[in-house]
Amino acid sequence: MKDMVEIRWHGRGGQGAKTAALLLADVAFQTGKYVQGFPEYGPERMGAPITAYNRIGSEKIRVHSNIYEPDFVVVVDESLLETVHVTQGLKKEGAIVVNTALPKEELQKHLQGYEGKLYTIDAKKVSLEALGKYFPNTPMLAAIVKVSGVMEEEIFLQEMESSFRHKFASKPEVIEGNMKALKMALQEVR
Amino acid sequence: MGKRDRLSGNEAVAIAMRQINPDVMPAFPITPSTEIPQYFSSFVANGQVDTEFIPVESEHSAMSAAIGAEAAGARTLTATSSCGMALMWEELYVAASNRLPIALALVNRALSGPININCDHSDSMGARDAGWIQIYAENNQEAYDNFIQAYPIAENAKVRLPIMICQDGFITSHAVENIELLEDKEVQAFVGDYTPEHYLLNQKETMAVGPYAVSNYYMEAKKQHAQAMTNAKQIVLEVAKKFAEISGREYGLFEEYRLEDAEYAMVIIGSAAGTAKDAVDALREKGVKAGLLKIRLFRPFPAEEIAQALSHAKVVAIMDRAESLSSQGGPLGSEVMAALYRARSQVLAVNYIYGLGGRDVRVDQVAEVFGQLEKDAAAGKIADAYRYLGLRE
Repeated sequence: MKDMVEIRWHGRGGQGAKTAALLLADVAFQTGKYVQGFPEYGPERMGAPITAYNRIGSEKIRVHSNIYEPDFVVVVDESLLETVHVTQGLKKEGAIVVNTALPKEELQKHLQGYEGKLYTIDAKKVSLEALGKYFPNTPMLAAIVKVSGVMEEEIFLQEMESSFRHKFASKPEVIEGNMKALKMALQEVR
Repeated sequence: MGKRDRLSGNEAVAIAMRQINPDVMPAFPITPSTEIPQYFSSFVANGQVDTEFIPVESEHSAMSAAIGAEAAGARTLTATSSCGMALMWEELYVAASNRLPIALALVNRALSGPININCDHSDSMGARDAGWIQIYAENNQEAYDNFIQAYPIAENAKVRLPIMICQDGFITSHAVENIELLEDKEVQAFVGDYTPEHYLLNQKETMAVGPYAVSNYYMEAKKQHAQAMTNAKQIVLEVAKKFAEISGREYGLFEEYRLEDAEYAMVIIGSAAGTAKDAVDALREKGVKAGLLKIRLFRPFPAEEIAQALSHAKVVAIMDRAESLSSQGGPLGSEVMAALYRARSQVLAVNYIYGLGGRDVRVDQVAEVFGQLEKDAAAGKIADAYRYLGLRE
């Protein structure tokens, strides 16, 4: 399965990393891909470290194990860098995206010698500005789409809008904020 | 034709239930099967089904209510996992011995203890002698397809047995994957109306369900139950054939994957079969003749067919995601080895315990098992037929 992309999400319970992984599977499915989106479950509670995964490819996916050598890693909460080996097995041709306000040079020290590309985004800033609340998963979803190139940004935005219209049919006022968060995040990731 | 979608295994089974539109669903939530009654109760609330949904106070009551409803003549189903099914224990036997074709969506989860919410097959394997038909799935598609085939098998006049449609907790129940759904009308036409021959609400025929059987009758009842289980194998094949006509997806008693000329074979159940297929492909590219037999139907156990399918292998690894604590291996190991013995097979066999309590199984670990099989074949004997895979040391 040469063109399969594997993504690992690190977050804390309550931040929506699992939801983001399922949304990514959803939107990639809409572009005709074979997808997997799944969480790794333990005794979850608010604030505990959690992991979620995506596989996206053009052929049927049969493997049902966790992902040990991801192409991309998304870190939804930068405090995890101190406690979780987020770059473990991460391919050096791949990349890691971290939600942080810190400069890259500062962050690099915490990546346990990872040699691949590092991208950062201040998802808190984006979320507060676009939504007025701190939901880091929406900006991180846009960030990983941009970094991984699993789909065109235009198509991503179109599909997300239709997904939000379906999901928030009873509260359309939140659609605009979420779309703004996605668009801002596509610009802010660097 | 089918509709392409992406769903978790739990969602897929809940949709199958909606399309079937059963008469009664009593249920009590337990991880990781909770989403099934959760989704289904929203279908009830939205008027998408006219099912009587009974929120009960325990799994013991869920199965008791299912028995009462099914005996009354209503098509009934429920869902559970692990300790939830353990609490149904007594009723599982009552349902089966009363020959009530209840469908149970079982989302496999380890039994306590230590307490654990993740996947293994200890729950359904523990219930293997309860007299229920058991069918297992590799992924969300198979869980959905198997559930749609459940009632045509269970309600068949030659069978009349309850049926357990199993899938792996979290691994498939909570993973969103691609799936092809049938149209509601196709499912309804396939499953048909439930017209039981004998039922409690039939005013023209008074009957008792579940009376005491003295020693003069008990054994005959068991023999009839055993005969029904034997009959189920042929019905499973007939239903699968009809299902292929509407879906294009073919099912048998088990799936053979690159097994025909395999020297090194693996017998496995559930989601790890997908992982093992990737390992088989990788080994085949290196010239290793690896192959796979994935169990679909575990009860009744298709022993002759399995022994026949494995007859050309040099050595076979039988993978158990459940411990029997018998000091001899796991339940699938016992069944397959007995099947080989009865068939006078000369195939060497070894039993692996893997994946307990959600322990992940990777492609490279499956490949290691095949590597060990090559060594076993070269040695011409199995010194230790009871092994653990992926145990931390």
